[in-house]
Order: sequence, then structure tokens, then C-alpha cells
Amino acid sequence: MATVQFKGIVKKFGDNLVLNGVDVDIKDHEFVVIVGPSGCGKTTLLRMLAGLEEITDGEILIDNLLVNELHPSKREIAMVFQDYALYPHMTVEENMNFALRLRKMDKAEIASRVAEASNVLQLNKFLKRMPKQLSGGQRQRVAIGRAIVRKPKVFLFDEPLSNLDAKLREEMRVEIAKLYQRLNATIIYVTHDQVEAMTLAGRIVIMNHGIVQQVGSPIEVYRKPCNLFVAGFIGSPTMNFMTGKLALEGEALFFKNEDIKLSIPPYLLSDAKKHDGREVVLGVRPDDVLVERDGEKCSDKVQGVLEVCELLGHRENLYLKVGGMRVLATVEAFFNRSPGSAVTLCFNYKNMHVFDKATESRISE
Amino acid sequence: MSADMKKEMSAAAKRRRLNHLLLHAGLFLFAAACVYPLLRIFSVSLRPGDKLVSMDLSLIPAGATFVSYAKLLGDTMFLRWLWNSLLITLATSFIGVSLASTAAYAFSRFRFPGKKVGMILLLSSQMIPAGMLILPLFLMIMKLKLMNTYLGMIIAYSVSSLPFSIWILKGYYDTIPRSLEEAALVDGTSQVGAFWRIILPLSTPALSIAFLFNFTTAWNEYLVARVVLFSSQQYTWTLGLFELQGQYITQWGMFAAGSMLVTIPVLCVFLYSSKWLISGLTLGSVKG
Repeated sequence: MATVQFKGIVKKFGDNLVLNGVDVDIKDHEFVVIVGPSGCGKTTLLRMLAGLEEITDGEILIDNLLVNELHPSKREIAMVFQDYALYPHMTVEENMNFALRLRKMDKAEIASRVAEASNVLQLNKFLKRMPKQLSGGQRQRVAIGRAIVRKPKVFLFDEPLSNLDAKLREEMRVEIAKLYQRLNATIIYVTHDQVEAMTLAGRIVIMNHGIVQQVGSPIEVYRKPCNLFVAGFIGSPTMNFMTGKLALEGEALFFKNEDIKLSIPPYLLSDAKKHDGREVVLGVRPDDVLVERDGEKCSDKVQGVLEVCELLGHRENLYLKVGGMRVLATVEAFFNRSPGSAVTLCFNYKNMHVFDKATESRISE
Repeated sequence: MSADMKKEMSAAAKRRRLNHLLLHAGLFLFAAACVYPLLRIFSVSLRPGDKLVSMDLSLIPAGATFVSYAKLLGDTMFLRWLWNSLLITLATSFIGVSLASTAAYAFSRFRFPGKKVGMILLLSSQMIPAGMLILPLFLMIMKLKLMNTYLGMIIAYSVSSLPFSIWILKGYYDTIPRSLEEAALVDGTSQVGAFWRIILPLSTPALSIAFLFNFTTAWNEYLVARVVLFSSQQYTWTLGLFELQGQYITQWGMFAAGSMLVTIPVLCVFLYSSKWLISGLTLGSVKG
């Protein structure tokens, strides 16, 4: 297995700047998920690592070897494509051993590698079948098998689950997690699905507009998003944002807007005087909006009106209106209140986030 | 079921049967119109003597004989002409398809200056009537000192069918996902290797169409052959058969026999490639 380093990677398609100075270090045996919205440059970055896209500027190193000009086959990587990219005119077995045959590897070794991979991926029954005779999940497993048999230094996954239905996606997610535990390989996985990122990654790289926004463990990026984009992108349902101004009253700092006034505890913003008059965005995850009994002990209670309830099973989403603001709260099912009824709510300050409105960067501790 | 419903259903079944009958009658008429001339030629080839026109409408005429076939094969250089045609046609088809398959791949996959203009020029060359190309082809082949040679014919035929083949193949390559080649590149092939091992095997239907087009065009061609070839040793069958037409007398029996015999290779190629042809003709009609 190997380390991967992206150093100041820039990619332009004509005048269109797709990647703007990407710097990421990936350690040996690490499972890194690159996540971001469509068009953020994540797939381009992966394709540049695979050698399928030219690098406008910067350096890519695999195991400290500069691979910018190296042919894809010489980079010792294996890639699982979004559309599987199985060769339609070859059987499952031929698909899996194609790369090994090209290397003119010993036949016995090829057979043993294919047998091993097909055992792991439960593909033994399908080895003689053509790709068109397989279901979506089976095709994806063949694509993964094709990568495994090569024993590459780095595995690249380009949105491998996006063509599968929700149930199969969940199953394959578990399969990939198990596979990582078994292979203990360096894996770089690209997705736009933040649930996949949170569940699979050892570290997440969050990208937007060709720039790396934050790199960290799933819990880091969830608990301490470095800017508004990350805060809004990671977590489902999305974080509530409230725009307002900080104001110092005596020694205490308050967040104020037309609809709400909340005291900001010192553990969120320590130097209160410094922030007086600052325009900010307050972020609260729906789980940290405490409604009725959950927020009995809160000091800053706010009155809201219940607009819509969404029952998800064991949880329930409550869409509340606080003055002119919309606030989403996720509570235990069953809330049993009809829309239009008045609701008391408060916020869990410990998990609250404060962002500067102008720079959109996190300013809370 | 009520009596009214039963009546309605039987009326609908009758309408369906009538529609089928009309449809099949139409198809039969068209098929007959296509096959009839061929059957008449076959009939002429079996007639004793060299009668083209006869009051007899039977398919197998009275006193049917294969004399015309025997005379054609024995007394003329027909087999030689057939061989010439076969050689030129096969060479044209293989060279044409090889050139077109690689050119179309470049047009489909690579970005280069003049790509769009090139495709439009190729298309516009197909709009020029074949007769207008005779003079430039003649001059070109003469300057290459390839008059009255197989090579001259092969070059003339290959280049004239290239544009159509390139368009057909480019259209097909466009439907093959690029990720297949990219997967092959990552697996260890070169760009040429990916083309050879992945794209070409997947393009068999389109290649068959291009091959068939090249084959039939070259096999049936007369005008260019008339200009390039002048010794009867080098003649293709189209020129050879024309030799049978004299100023005062035309050997219609041999002419018809020859016409029947020359259909055999085309028929074989068509039958062999029919399974590819049908899937090839529907190419691009649906996405994916």
C-alpha cells in the first residue's frame, strides 16, 4: 500500500478553473473520502490521480514518486468507475483477470487471485456469465473484484454506489467497509453523498468550487465545521442557520435579530468584547433544537409555531416558525401536536456554531 | 359477458385480420416487384439461344439448358474477371474498413484542430455525384502510374467509400462509454491497446455495416473500372459482362448467366453478416 500527496493541484478546462490549488496528504492504509456537490472537482482530482486527466499545475506523488507524467497502468492503482465500466464482450472471469493477462502473469497465479477475489465478493457462481446477465449490485462487485485481483497500491472509487437503489447502496456500503477492514488498503473514495462519506471514511476531504474546504475525521467535520459550507453540507437534515448581530450587554454577549435574542455563553466565544457588533450566522443542528420537555432546563426559551411534522419512524422532523425564521427540530417520535400549535423551544448551546457572516468562517471555539 | 361485448370483440378481431391481410398483400407485392426481375434474368439464362424477349412467361423455359453458363465459364475469361473483382473488392473492403475504423476513432475520441471541419468535408464529399469524381480520379491514378492495375482500383474504391464508413463508425464509437477505455488504460493497455482489445470487438455491428457497404460498392462498380482498366486481363466482371454486348448481337444468355453468378458472393456476404446487419441498422436508435 502507499501514501498519496496532492501538492498545489490546479486544473483548467480552457478558461474554466476546476481545481484551484488542492493540497491533501493521504497516509498509508487510510480510507479517505472526497465529498462535495456536483461540479466541485472531486472526480477530476481522482481522474488526475489515475492518470486519465492531464494536470495543469501541481504535483501528485504516490509513495513519494512523482506520477504527473506516468501512464495510468504504471501508477499501480486500480479504479472502480461510477458506471462499473465492465467490458461487455468478456465474461465476469475475463473481466477480472484482464489486467493480469495483460501483465502476462502465470496462469495458476491468475486463477488463484480470481478465485480469492470471487470468494470474498461471492461471485463464484457468476464467473462464466456476461456482465449484461448480472444485476447492478453484482456488476458493482465484479468491478470491485477487478480492482482487488490486481493488488494495487491505491484503490480509487469514483461514486461507485450512485447507480444503485437505496437498499442496495446500503448493502454495498457495508460490503466496502468490510472489504477495507480485510484489505487494509489505501482507498480514495469520491462521492457526493455525505452519508457515504460519514459512514465509510477514516478522513473526509470536503470540496467546493475546486477548493478543499476542510479535511478531518467524520466526527471532526460534523462537530467542528470550519465554515458555513461544510456546516451546511455535512449532516442530515441540514443545519439551521440564523443570521444576526452580536451585542455586548454588560459582560454578557447576546445574539440578536428581529425574531430572536439568545445569550452566547463564554465557552462559545471567549473574548466577548472583541465580537461586539459583529455580524454572524448562528448554526444549530436539528438534533440540538430542544422542544417542549426536552428543553425544560434551558434558560433562553423561544416561542415558535409548529408548521409541519414529518414522521421518519423512530424520529420526527418538526418544521417550526420562530417569528420570520424557519427552524427545523428533530425529536423523538411521536410528538403528537397538530400543526399551528404553539411550541416552546431552546437550543443546545454546547453544540452551537458561530460563523462570521462576511468570511463565512467559524469563529466559535 | 354480454352479447354486445361479444359482438364488439368479434368485429375487432375481424378488423385485425383484415388489416393483417392487407399488410401482407402489400408486402407480397413489394417482394414480388423486387424478386421478379431476378427471376426473369434467371429464366433468360436458361433459355436456349440468345433470346432476351420471349412470349413465354414461365420461369423455367421450354428446353431449359445450362449451355449459357458452360459457354460463359468455358469460352470467356469470366472466371478471371470474377477473380479480379473478388481481389479488388476484398482488398478495398479490408483497407477501407481498417482506415475508416482508425480515422473514426480519432474523430470520436480526440480533440484536434479541424475536427469539425473535417467531418463536414467528409460528409460533403458524399454529396458530389459519382460521375463528377471520375476525371479527378483518372488524373490522380494516372499521375501515380497505376492505370490498369489492381492497386489503382483499390485506391480509387477505398478512398471513395471512406467518408461514409467514417461517419457510420464514428457514430457508433460515440455510443461506447469512454470509461471502458479508461478502465482498460488503468488495467494496463495503451491507447492503441484499448482500441484493439475493447473498442473494436464492441464495434463488430458497425464494422460489418462498413465492410458490407465497401464490398457491395466495389463489387458493383462500373464507371471507375471503365476509366482505369483497359486490358481484358485486368477487367472486373462489370466490364467483362459488357464485352458480351456486341454492336449487332448481344449474347443475352451468357449475360444473364453471368449476372446470376455474380450475385453469389454478395449473397454469401449478406447472409453471413445478416445477424450483425440487423443490430447494426438499429444503432443509435436508443440511448444506452
